[in-house]
Amino acid sequence: MHIDEITNGIVIDHIAAGKSMEIYKLLNLDALKCSVAIIKNVPSKKMGRKDIIKIDEALDVDLEALGYIDNGITINTIENGVKTNKRHCELPERITNIVKCKNPRCITSVEQEIDHVFKLTDRENKVYRCIYCEMKAKQ
Amino acid sequence: MKDLIDILDLSTDEIDELIESANDIIKNPDNYREKCRYKKLATLFFEPSTRTRLSFEAAMYELGGNVIGFSEANSSSAAKGESVADTVRTVECYADIIAMRHPKEGAPTVASMKTKVPVINAGDGGHNHPTQTLTDLLTIKREIGRLDNLTIGLCGDLKFGRTVHSLIQAMVRYPNVKFIMISPKELRLPEYLINEVLLRNNVEFVETESLEDSISQLDILYMTRVQKERFFNEADYVRLKDTYVLTPEKLASAKQTMRVLHPLPRVNEISVEVDEDARACYFRQALNGKFIRMALILKLLGIK
Repeated sequence: MHIDEITNGIVIDHIAAGKSMEIYKLLNLDALKCSVAIIKNVPSKKMGRKDIIKIDEALDVDLEALGYIDNGITINTIENGVKTNKRHCELPERITNIVKCKNPRCITSVEQEIDHVFKLTDRENKVYRCIYCEMKAKQ
Repeated sequence: MKDLIDILDLSTDEIDELIESANDIIKNPDNYREKCRYKKLATLFFEPSTRTRLSFEAAMYELGGNVIGFSEANSSSAAKGESVADTVRTVECYADIIAMRHPKEGAPTVASMKTKVPVINAGDGGHNHPTQTLTDLLTIKREIGRLDNLTIGLCGDLKFGRTVHSLIQAMVRYPNVKFIMISPKELRLPEYLINEVLLRNNVEFVETESLEDSISQLDILYMTRVQKERFFNEADYVRLKDTYVLTPEKLASAKQTMRVLHPLPRVNEISVEVDEDARACYFRQALNGKFIRMALILKLLGIK
């Protein structure tokens, strides 16, 4: 299978196999007019299998959101066909409006305009809790 | 510190300072009668509560201040659909400090993010109730003389009992505190408190269904009510409400130095015959609630 090299854009690499559609939706990539390639189940020495997303347009990526979904992801910036920057995602300390609090007793369940904010309370086990009611975020 | 939303907003040093301040208020009430002159406390109670609201109001009046507010959502603009954020933005125009009770968890957090005046969480659903915990800590300190080296029995509804959750979070910070958690299996302490508070802090604890078997080991017996309003299903409430009742017979095997605490209101989980026992200190605890709230109001308003 052949996917063209991109000239100016980004490559989201080292996505856990099967997670690329989640990222596609999260970053609203369907709204882009440029070419977007989703490459699934690519053999990887490090990961066994991985997904890759190539976007043929310079784009500011929400690192916070990506880090929450999969903190192993790397983001390569391509300029004039050359990789100019490589960034690793980390687990963000806080995430805003990425996941919704599911607790029916939480204030966010009745007041629609409140941001859904979760904070990292256990880095080792990747536990995020709602800043209002402390309910664990469901992945 | 601008607000008190969660008991963990306070360091143990700050808790010591509040306890010291409350003890000074108890000893020298006349020194505090004018401290909050011309200040107003707004009690925003979106959920009915008698004692917490009265305790806040009594605290403010004893400091020489005034109180405005409402005691149920129906008599507030919330009934018209106003958000918590808009309510507190309006109330801050009229009051210097806010005490808020709300049935939804996290509502006081939202309030504190939207207003410049201090917000005290006076209970948010089944979540937190930090001023009750301060009341409990003051009571333990006054009755037992220490907050460390204690075996604390928590009895009743440990699942929805917010006072229990906050007390555990506060007490694990003191050395050599052990918990015996006495509840039916349906009302056990939530898993996150076990994993993220007790186990993480290496706190010794036991879960049991028997009050009789454990009462003799306790320095503190903290009784709670099985609260009807926390159940979605009435049948579950009816089945569990009478699980534990403290009677003089059960109390007979407890240490003479043990103290029985209860956040009140009581329904039938402590029989009235127990009230005359010197170990029953829940009405002294209710009185302490006023003094610690006075100390807290002074601290948040920056009044020495």
